[in-house]
Amino acid sequence: MLSRSLRTPALRGALSALLPSATASTILPRVSQSLLQTRLLSSEVKQAIDKAVASAPVVLFMKGTPETPQCGFSRTSIQILGLQGLDPTKFTAFNVLEDEELRSGIKEYSDWPTIPQLYVNKEFVGGCDILMQMHKDGSLAEMLSKNKLVVEEDAVDSDVEGQAAKEARATTEQSTGARSKDAKGESS
Amino acid sequence: MAAPTDTAATEVQNTTGITPDTLAETLRTSDTLKASHVDIQDISGGCGQSFAAMIVSDAFQGKSALQRHRLVNGILKDEIKAIHAWTPRCLTGEQWEKEQAKSQ
Repeated sequence: MLSRSLRTPALRGALSALLPSATASTILPRVSQSLLQTRLLSSEVKQAIDKAVASAPVVLFMKGTPETPQCGFSRTSIQILGLQGLDPTKFTAFNVLEDEELRSGIKEYSDWPTIPQLYVNKEFVGGCDILMQMHKDGSLAEMLSKNKLVVEEDAVDSDVEGQAAKEARATTEQSTGARSKDAKGESS
Repeated sequence: MAAPTDTAATEVQNTTGITPDTLAETLRTSDTLKASHVDIQDISGGCGQSFAAMIVSDAFQGKSALQRHRLVNGILKDEIKAIHAWTPRCLTGEQWEKEQAKSQ
């Protein structure tokens, strides 16, 4: 269901677009060249990750793909997002196993030692444990519905202006609430 | 990934040098954490790479789950790099007592 995964070529593209310009290397003394390159590399990775994090409202850095996760914790995270009714069009997953720079870079970027890592609206939410905890206590459902990231069953109705829209919104809220209760039941 | 035999498991543990005891010791002796209870379980099934932890400290008071994990992860920075999986639960003294009461 969560099949829209963006793979690493996107990251690679972002990296190659950020090659140091000739001006920068000619102005700076030769002696600091190697130091400069290491610093540029990490800032390249940082910018590439900035781009990845901003590529969708919900971004998961995981081991493997949503269809075939390569680690139990990544699998659990995908299942939780599925149970929550996350809108697949608002979701992107990055496979850190395809890119060692991303794998080590994302840990530094988020100041978080493990994979998977979830971002919502460019903000770091946490890893699998935190996701599970938020799933159980209902705060994940709340966060996703507040940011309109769950699949809306009456998407057409909610576009209608005025009274009809209000009614539709009330229906959606009710159904979102019911969904989070179902999800809790399944996990316990 | 899991070691096939106990001997192999011991060898892996020897290479990382990380056991539930070393992790618990690092956490217990941390001045920033001042943990009142630390319990570490090896959940790897023998390969010595995956650990679950219950950590109780009043330093978690008023902190979100994310901030609590960050605090613990900071103390175990080098250890976590060497292992495969780390699953901490971070409770305050009060939360821990409630949990104990519930399970009795």
